[in-house]
Parts: sequence; C-alpha cells; structure tokens
Amino acid sequence: MEDLVKITEEPIDLEEVASALSSPELGAILTFVGTVRGIEDGERISYLEYEAYEEMAKEELLAICREIKARWPTVQRVAFVHRIGRVGVGEAAVAIGVSAPHREETFPALAYAVDRLKETVPIWKKQVGEKGARWKPAK
Amino acid sequence: MRVKVLLFAGLREAAGEAELELELPEGATVEELLTALEKERPRLSRLLPLAKVAVNRRVARKGTEIHPGDEVALIPPVGGG
Repeated sequence: MEDLVKITEEPIDLEEVASALSSPELGAILTFVGTVRGIEDGERISYLEYEAYEEMAKEELLAICREIKARWPTVQRVAFVHRIGRVGVGEAAVAIGVSAPHREETFPALAYAVDRLKETVPIWKKQVGEKGARWKPAK
Repeated sequence: MRVKVLLFAGLREAAGEAELELELPEGATVEELLTALEKERPRLSRLLPLAKVAVNRRVARKGTEIHPGDEVALIPPVGGG
C-alpha cells in the first residue's frame, strides 16, 4: 500500500491513518496527533483556521515521505493527514504516522516527520482568540 | 506576458484577493516579479520580504525565470501542525 497524504476539511479519521499504516509484517506503528490548545501564552483560544496551497503541500509531503524512507530504511509506510478550515479546541489538526517491522527507527522517523511538516509545507495557521486573529508561523 | 500569482494567508488577506495577474516581460525573473508586485500592490510591501516564491510548486530562487503558463505563488512563512 502507498503512503497516505491527505489534506481535508473533514475531521481527521484516526482509524483511516492506523489502517493505512497497518500490515501483517509491520509490528510497530507510531502516530502523532496534534490537537488545538485552548490556551496559548495565557490567551484563551476560540479556534484555529488552517489554509493550504494544496497541490504544493501534497507534493512536499510526498517528498518528506521519500526522505524518511531513505534515512530510516526499515520504515515502510508514512502517513500525513492535515485538516484545513476551522478546527476547534481539542480537535485534531494533524495526524502523522510511520510504521516498520520493528520499533527502533520509528521514533526518530516520526519526530523528523513532525519537524519537517512545520518547516517547508505550505500550510498556514490563523489563531483566533480573545485578543483577536493572527497568522502564526512555526516557531 | 500575463502571469497569474496565487496568494495565501496574510498576503491573501492584505491583497483582498486569492490570485492576481501581473504583466511581465517574457522570461522575467522572480526578483523582477517581486519588484513589479510591490509597485502594483503597495500594501503588500511589508509582507513581501518575508515571502518565498514558488514556481510550478517548487520554491524558486531570485534569479529563476518565469515563462508563460507557469504557476506562480507567494508563500508567506508557513506554520502547519
């Protein structure tokens, strides 16, 4: 099965992510779910609004999948699902996962996947809270 | 040539439009596109220096030439996740 790369306005389906990463020979499945915090630097947050340059974002994510497999060759599958549009507090904005026959390479590979997503993929986040709305670049 | 430029996030909001068209000489560079854009849309001038330019969905250098039919987009600082 192929890697899963998806940008969607629908709530993220974690079952879909797990099933994309599952196979009888893969004994280690690791996933990261990023959810919306209700408090950010002391400010009460109402929701986040995500926007993507979808075609480019998907190409960048597929490139990151290839990078991960080149660096950690036991990693067989990678999944990136990112939500766009309005995402409420406590809801998942992103789910990222990797799977391999054994666990050793999955931990560094997943950490790398999360970092790379924030660096180069054309997705933007607007934070809307009690102090107003502003676009927040990755730290 | 007429070049279509896609705008996102803060740049889209500042421009009040998600895409715009610019008239440029054929083979104009990314740097020339930015100069022309700043002249035509002065209210973007604060945000433009922070943006990268993608040509055909790849981040381009200042010297990259733009040809008819290319897909050009401005990429303000990203923040997924």
